[in-house]
Amino acid sequence: MSATCQTLPDFATTLQSKGLNLLPLKIETLQVNITKLCNQACLHCHVAASPKRTESMSDAILAACLDVLSKTPSLRNLDITGGAPELHPRFQDLVSQAKSLGKHVMVRHNLTVTLDPHPLNQASMADLPRFFAQNQVEVISSLPYYQPYFTNRQRGQGVFEKSIESLKLLNALGYGQADSGLQLNLVYNPAGAFLPADQAALQADYKKALKEQYGVVFNQLFTLTNMPIQRFRESLERLGNYETYLQKLAGAFNPLAAEGVMCRSLLSVGYDGTLYDCDFNQMLDLPVELPRPHILDTPPEQWLQRKIVFGSHCFGCTAGAGSSCTGATS
Amino acid sequence: MSYYEEKDLARFGEIGAFRQDLADKFFDYYTAATGTDGALSKREKALIALALAHAKQCPYCIDAYTTQCLEAGADPEQMTEAMHVAAAMEAGMALVHGVQMHNALKKQGAM
Repeated sequence: MSATCQTLPDFATTLQSKGLNLLPLKIETLQVNITKLCNQACLHCHVAASPKRTESMSDAILAACLDVLSKTPSLRNLDITGGAPELHPRFQDLVSQAKSLGKHVMVRHNLTVTLDPHPLNQASMADLPRFFAQNQVEVISSLPYYQPYFTNRQRGQGVFEKSIESLKLLNALGYGQADSGLQLNLVYNPAGAFLPADQAALQADYKKALKEQYGVVFNQLFTLTNMPIQRFRESLERLGNYETYLQKLAGAFNPLAAEGVMCRSLLSVGYDGTLYDCDFNQMLDLPVELPRPHILDTPPEQWLQRKIVFGSHCFGCTAGAGSSCTGATS
Repeated sequence: MSYYEEKDLARFGEIGAFRQDLADKFFDYYTAATGTDGALSKREKALIALALAHAKQCPYCIDAYTTQCLEAGADPEQMTEAMHVAAAMEAGMALVHGVQMHNALKKQGAM
């Protein structure tokens, strides 16, 4: 271990030194990662998703998720992620059933999945925008910048142009349009080892550029910090930048952002039913600290009794204005 | 070892080892001038600073303001244009002295 590494700050110690005790609050969102299969293989993907991944949620675990949602009124939101969750064979069932339970459904939609054929069976996915609109799904889509360079660098050549095409399809159905009730939110994350710009300022830039150059509209921009895990960590290590980046995140620790971290109001379910405090802990294989951390074994009444599992990557959620699945937290 | 050490930028505050009061005045002024949105946005200020960093060839400032520009939402094209403004100004400032050379040539009867 290098001298620099030895001085890396510890997240739990930082919380303690600031007098912060981050306990779970009311859990309002169930985030389910139903597949690691994706039509893309992005540079910064914390799931390391790709067309080659095979992990997929079984019917039994999907049923357990729906059962928990139906029995738990405080769980108002279902946040479906992946991979590209639309590639899961039961995706549309899951959305329809959650909607029939009266839940607000959010989908982490990568835009290009609508235009690419299904990587396993080559089926067309072109019907997705209409399905989203019919089910009043909130669409949350990554678009790392409002110009091609940063987007294509992170997500692959041609992804920006395809994303614009897909956004136009959503706009045509009312998504992002005033008073349509169809929410289309975009996600920015930095193209490298730096912190996101101010969310409100960047949102204004996105809105102006996308409208003027492509006629595209959307509702909100969520700025996310890159988590130093999985592929992004590997790229930081290749550049000899990992420790510097962690120091940067820790140096930008913001107690207000810490109080708003998403793991206090969300629980994450892996494709195999294991419960996690968040999608990042899921990818680091850090289940919740409960005796039986599985959706079939531990009912929601016990979820609030856990102590959240923190690690050095958590500095990613507490740096600057904070970072969560719905953007800045302070 | 190069004369400029990247890590030394983080030690900038050490200039206050003597006359801390003067250092404090400088850092307050510096933060107010460069680090806040005003009539110019933080991004515009960062791009100006990046251009100046190139003109003055300050490695510390190029490192710092490359990051600052990115964290203010700028992209490499904007940063490159800022650099070209600095370079064009430097070239212009050299070339405008050509008039001085012409004056001297005329004085020598050579023009």
